[in-house]
Amino acid sequence: MRRETLLNIVLFALLPATALAAWMLDEPFIITLATKAAILALAGVGLNIALGLGGLISFGHAAFFGLGGYAMGILASHAQSYAPLMESPFLIEGTKSMPVIWLVAIVTSALAALAIGALSLRTSGVYFIMVTLAFGQMLFYFTISWPAYGGEDGLSIYVRNGFPGLNTLDPLTFFGVAFAVLALVLWGAGRLAKSAFGLALSAARQNPERVETVGLAPYRLRLVAFVISGAITGLAGALFADLNRFVSPTMFSWQTSGEIMVFVILGGVGRLFGPVAGAALFILLEHVLGGLSEFWHIYLGLILLLVVLFARGGIVGTIAGREVAHD
Amino acid sequence: MSPILFIEQVLNGLQSGIMLFLMAAGLTLIFGVMGLINLAHGSLYMVGAFAAAAVAGWTGSFVLALAGALAAAAAAGAVIELLVIRRLYDRDHLDQVLATFALILIFSESTRWLFGSFPLYLDVPAALSGPVRLPGGILYPAYRLLIIAVGLVVAAGLFALIARTRIGIQIRAGEADREMIGALGVDISKLYTLVFALGAALAGLAGALVGAIQSVQVGMGEPVLILAFVVIVIGGIGSIKGALVGALLVGLTDTLGSVLLPIFFSSFLEQSSATAVGSALSSMSIYILMAGVLLFKPTGLFGEA
Repeated sequence: MRRETLLNIVLFALLPATALAAWMLDEPFIITLATKAAILALAGVGLNIALGLGGLISFGHAAFFGLGGYAMGILASHAQSYAPLMESPFLIEGTKSMPVIWLVAIVTSALAALAIGALSLRTSGVYFIMVTLAFGQMLFYFTISWPAYGGEDGLSIYVRNGFPGLNTLDPLTFFGVAFAVLALVLWGAGRLAKSAFGLALSAARQNPERVETVGLAPYRLRLVAFVISGAITGLAGALFADLNRFVSPTMFSWQTSGEIMVFVILGGVGRLFGPVAGAALFILLEHVLGGLSEFWHIYLGLILLLVVLFARGGIVGTIAGREVAHD
Repeated sequence: MSPILFIEQVLNGLQSGIMLFLMAAGLTLIFGVMGLINLAHGSLYMVGAFAAAAVAGWTGSFVLALAGALAAAAAAGAVIELLVIRRLYDRDHLDQVLATFALILIFSESTRWLFGSFPLYLDVPAALSGPVRLPGGILYPAYRLLIIAVGLVVAAGLFALIARTRIGIQIRAGEADREMIGALGVDISKLYTLVFALGAALAGLAGALVGAIQSVQVGMGEPVLILAFVVIVIGGIGSIKGALVGALLVGLTDTLGSVLLPIFFSSFLEQSSATAVGSALSSMSIYILMAGVLLFKPTGLFGEA
């Protein structure tokens, strides 16, 4: 068995093992931390499709994370107040049902990714980084200045949304829901990377001219990847909002984009389980260092700097060694 | 809206545009010469503002405060160039983004640790705190006029530096062909440190000048940094002229948008929704401007493909 496969199995088992152990020890806070790690890993898996597979350095994925969050916030707040979203031309009511909210979150963020991607992908390199960052910031300022849904203060949802047949108020059950989504998306992302589309996308990252010569359009490949990537991050945003029962413009902030990127890099760019390792480590650092010092971001910054300068390939890369080119 | 109010807003737009230019010029210079995207540029802006507030607190002199801001930001720039940035020149942009993002975390939290979370205040010098009467009877704060003037002088100086001096020739040569000027005997690593410190000093100067109108606090640099990115995307990477034009466009659009759009919407919407739609749209106006430029010229107004 390859070392990376082994590592992936360990990483995959790590979160549910932590949650189960915490449940047995009656530590609901640890279950919440594991849930948070699973959801942030999901956001990272989304970004990793654009970043790792497509080579698209998006510094604006907070836009999709936030849109997913606000899809949940808006729908649930309307269900909470029994006021329909709109009455004409047809009635749209709020909902407290997770599957519906997820669907709305995915569709909304996919559409936003289509618009942002179509514009941003006209550029490349540093321009792309700056343009995606700017579009993320645009949505950030928009949510702050749009008063209907709480503006700067955000929206509180009093009761967690429901999933048919499950009691999502129970921390372990909600962890199970989040982890199941993560597992499903990881499986899909793994399939995607090995599919014809994934191979073409990888090729477009490595050598766009050649891909064009064989008759594929790199722009279109990248745009599709960007949309899939945004949709997954949007789904993660909806789950994250449900975890906190709160959405605010912070979800759109550039720091959020940076943190999602940090999960991917800490874990290992382009590695399927990289974001899982990165998000778990991030939560662990936040918890441990945050307990040691109020200024734990200094240490996080130093660790990040050291990883970038000296441990290229992140955790998965360092432990599992070089990527196998043909698998 | 009265013409006087309009001219005041145009001046405000010019003032914020000029400050953006100081940021964007450093960024675009660093990118042009070293091929580096520096997210920590906003931190250097913050360093300038904090240094100015600290020096002004000790000495009470605004001129010394500005000098302190320039020195502190240039020194901070030179130190991070020597320790971190120079390891990033031949890395890809992803590593550069991540490493400079890490620098932001370190700078912001260290500043919070040193100065606390509460904003500091940097006072406008007494001689400049009043308004000036401009032709046409417009009263405008003297300090903001000074900012515009300082910005224009620095811009002119920068253009002269790049067009006429030996360093400027080396910088332009570095943009054109890095290896060649190394082969011609120019000490590249010294040149890089110099350019980085120059960019940092410009950011620090902007931070100190703006710090006297706004509060000096942790995290003040990043919104400006992102605006400076918008400026560079609009103007074209590596072009100082593009940075100037882009900065003025962004400054004017931002300022005039937030004043004019609510008025425009109130002409056909009721007041409360006009304010809401107007302010929401004006917060997006510069990004819409950027999207427009991208549609027609993906490399920016003065950029080369």
